[in-house]
Amino acid sequence: MCGIVGLFLKDPKLEPKLGEMLADMLVTMTDRGPDSAGIAIYGGGTEGRAKVTIQSADPDKDFSGLQDDLSAATGQPVTVEVKSTHAVIGVASAAVPALRATLGTLRPDVKVMSVGDTIEIFKEVGLPKDVATRFGVAKMQGTHGIGHTRMATESAVTTMGAHPFSTGSDQCLVHNGSLSNHNGLRRELIRKGKSFETQNDTEVAAAYVSQKLDEGQSLGKALESGLDDLDGFYTFVVGTKNGFGVVRDPIACKPAVMAETDEYVAFGSEYRALVNLPGIETARVWEPEPATVYFWER
Amino acid sequence: MQSFDLGEEGLRALNSALHALKGQTNMTDWEVINPKGAHAIAAGVDAPVEIIVRGSTGYYCAGMNKQATIRIKGSAGPGVAENMMSGTVIIDGNASQYAGATGRGGLLVIKGNASSRCGVSMKGIDIVVHGSIGHMSAFMAQSGNLVVLGDAGDALGDSLYEARLFVRGSVTSLGADCVEKEMRPEHIALLADLLKRGEADGLAKPEEFKRYGSARKLYNFNIDNASDY
Repeated sequence: MCGIVGLFLKDPKLEPKLGEMLADMLVTMTDRGPDSAGIAIYGGGTEGRAKVTIQSADPDKDFSGLQDDLSAATGQPVTVEVKSTHAVIGVASAAVPALRATLGTLRPDVKVMSVGDTIEIFKEVGLPKDVATRFGVAKMQGTHGIGHTRMATESAVTTMGAHPFSTGSDQCLVHNGSLSNHNGLRRELIRKGKSFETQNDTEVAAAYVSQKLDEGQSLGKALESGLDDLDGFYTFVVGTKNGFGVVRDPIACKPAVMAETDEYVAFGSEYRALVNLPGIETARVWEPEPATVYFWER
Repeated sequence: MQSFDLGEEGLRALNSALHALKGQTNMTDWEVINPKGAHAIAAGVDAPVEIIVRGSTGYYCAGMNKQATIRIKGSAGPGVAENMMSGTVIIDGNASQYAGATGRGGLLVIKGNASSRCGVSMKGIDIVVHGSIGHMSAFMAQSGNLVVLGDAGDALGDSLYEARLFVRGSVTSLGADCVEKEMRPEHIALLADLLKRGEADGLAKPEEFKRYGSARKLYNFNIDNASDY
């Protein structure tokens, strides 16, 4: 069992409150996933600049002097904003490959959580309310976000085993369920050039979608291909720079509820996660159909 | 009427109060406000009382119900009225998966749609759905009646025993050993009564339905069917 929440704002007036709404939804899903929690949040972003979110088990050591070290090594102005065990690095988009290479040498123990124009990912082990407080999720702003509370059934309870998983620029995926053919798929994806941080099944699903996007498929098409190629139980919620998608396996035993108003589209593993959203009383509330891809894009 | 604010007083207090009604009571009218999708609301009630839940509920609302009439003025999450023994549960909105699962008696009315596995393994409950139902509904259903005014999804009645299934609209596909059967006068009479009790007598006529039941070919081991088991 795991909990998923997601919020895609249509009305820009709600953007300053995205983190506050998402944090409330996430904490409501604690009893579906008390092991770990994480969020991907899309917002801000400046033309020509990228964000690289990193994580360290020893942030005092790794983040100390990082801004100067990275600026010197890349010859580019770099910003570093530390949030607990994570830090968001701001850098010129063109300098991202150089920064990643340098980071591996300068701070070999640091893990990259996400790379993109607007995405930031924060995830840790612990109760969702503690994770949300640690990163200050309630104060975050943005256009859309996805959250996950994890009850591990398949791989270790670690920071890297928490969701969301990001395997491509501005992409992320969260999962409730378990896959049964991920080992075979992982080998295939490694042959195609994908690399993996964990033994987790969800990371394989994320990399599978990224691979399909690399091959030129649209996100909707990539998720449809997944219905044929991914075996097991799943409700997936995926995020891209401009969009937000949902798909459930054909058996659809993992729960999913959606709500839509003129202001937002919201996802929850249970209706409980949605009850404090504005206008929920009059929202269109429904369950996504099995084996059907849903997608919203701005 | 006893009014109970779930947000203020909590689920355990509500269910304890309802369980204490077993036997004789004069507190026969209850109202639950602020349900906010909470789980197990009014589960395990065993008294002839009326309970109105004003809003949508989470998992297992009205589970194991005996005698009570429970009305949900919203939608219901997974497993509503699961293993109901007797009484009536009426949902104004939609119901999530496995509504009425394993129910042994009583009447479940869903005025919207029900999703997958509605009436799975039902054992005597009557279920009336005003809308449509999802895939794998009435899987291994043993007895009782499932009435659907709308359509049914994939694999209706798979591995069915002796439950009767009545569908007015289309059926995407029938499950293993489930077949269409003749509507005889006794079925028309049964259906007329179920539609009336299911608050649907103005919405559909018994003659508009088709009946589905078990072909009874999977009951006993048959070497010729080995690949079907």
